[in-house]
Amino acid sequence: MSEIVEIGPWRLLSAYFFLLLLFFFIKGQSIGKEKEILVSALRMTVQLILMGYMLVYIFDQNRLSVTLLIFFVMVFFAIRNVFVRVKVPVNKRLRRVIMLSMIAGTSLTIFYFLLLVIHIEPWYEPRYFIPIAGMIIGNSMTGISLGTERLIGEMRAKKELIEGALMLGATPKDAVLEIIKDTFTSAIMPTINSMVGMGIIFLPGMMTGQILSGVSPLIAIEYQIAIMLGIVGSVSITVFILTRLGYLTFFNRFSQLEE
Amino acid sequence: MFFLRGVRYKNILQIDELEIEAGQIICILGESGSGKTTLLKLLNHLVSCDLGTVQYKGQDVKVLDAVALRREVVMLPQTPLLFPGTIKKNMLMGLLFSKKEPAADAVLLQLLEDVGLKKELDHDAGSLSGGEKQRLALSRIMLMDPETILLDEPTSALDDDTGDKIMEFVSRYVKSKGKTLVMVTHNKAIARHLGEGIVTLSGGKVQQIQKAGGVI
Repeated sequence: MSEIVEIGPWRLLSAYFFLLLLFFFIKGQSIGKEKEILVSALRMTVQLILMGYMLVYIFDQNRLSVTLLIFFVMVFFAIRNVFVRVKVPVNKRLRRVIMLSMIAGTSLTIFYFLLLVIHIEPWYEPRYFIPIAGMIIGNSMTGISLGTERLIGEMRAKKELIEGALMLGATPKDAVLEIIKDTFTSAIMPTINSMVGMGIIFLPGMMTGQILSGVSPLIAIEYQIAIMLGIVGSVSITVFILTRLGYLTFFNRFSQLEE
Repeated sequence: MFFLRGVRYKNILQIDELEIEAGQIICILGESGSGKTTLLKLLNHLVSCDLGTVQYKGQDVKVLDAVALRREVVMLPQTPLLFPGTIKKNMLMGLLFSKKEPAADAVLLQLLEDVGLKKELDHDAGSLSGGEKQRLALSRIMLMDPETILLDEPTSALDDDTGDKIMEFVSRYVKSKGKTLVMVTHNKAIARHLGEGIVTLSGGKVQQIQKAGGVI
């Protein structure tokens, strides 16, 4: 396999021509989004340059403490992102459940994946750990966001039904069983659906990157299949913990619905 | 059976003292917003009072297991609770929730007849009328055979004639089995006819307690 062609600063600059093109289009139609586009493009450029240098440094270090620090920073931002993305107010107890499910679900999957599936030495080698953790955490974040929103929405919409079940002597768990099932399904379905189109409708990012960098497509698909399964695992675990502990936050110790 | 003392619940209810004896039929009258439903929910501990105590068989409901209590003190909400599926499934839901053995079809059919619902067991419950749903929900509770029954406006969607008949049946059932019935109703005639005690609420307070035979 041939080495990848380096783009270099000048030819990279030429890619910004596409941005100019966009400016030309929106000017012509006086849409007036110039500032947002400029800021977005600038943020992308600066963020990625910083990330590039940071990764070079981290890869050189190859230290456990640095890798773990990165993991916790990623999880922290992912959790924060869930709180921002969910459009309804999230109670304090549910926030704690979200944190727990994100940390437990993603770390379990990542360690299983690195130790067993990829089997690298040392397991914290950042060149593997960081991109894999990124994909697993990112997808779990989406699952948790969907699940949280659904759970809160359903608990509100079906308040009368839940209370009616309690009146018949149901435990809180039995009273919300349908909601738990529904929440779980709706949170994992996007991940399941994304498996269907893979390789036909689009080539996933990781695989594309590996192919570009000269890796055989056959190795690239190995990685892609493995990571997709890892993502399925992580989303399942995080959403499972979310639903199984999350519903409890809507009840008090007298098995009454919290106001 | 129930004893309330010094009960305060938000701005909704203020009850200094109220006793509901076992084996009696008690009707609760009062205008909407007078706290009738809240009073029922205090009895099965679906809400907790802010001040005071609610006792069931001499024990504060706060020390009892709430789910176990609700299996003995079963409540019928004003809007009948319906689950997607057949009449049979709906009738059995109470037994299922309270972890009791399901009943035989013959028992279900007899009960349907008793509440005046002439339908097949595999009939879709979603297609029933408001009054039919109410009777279905009532039959579900009677199937559970609880010690105490709390009914919130059980005849609101029924015409007077059907309502009378159903309540006549319910009161006979309650009396023959020595159960306690606490019923919220707007129907003064039913209350006077069946109630061994009538509690009238007004603005969240007990305005009057009448026993069959006179005002206390």
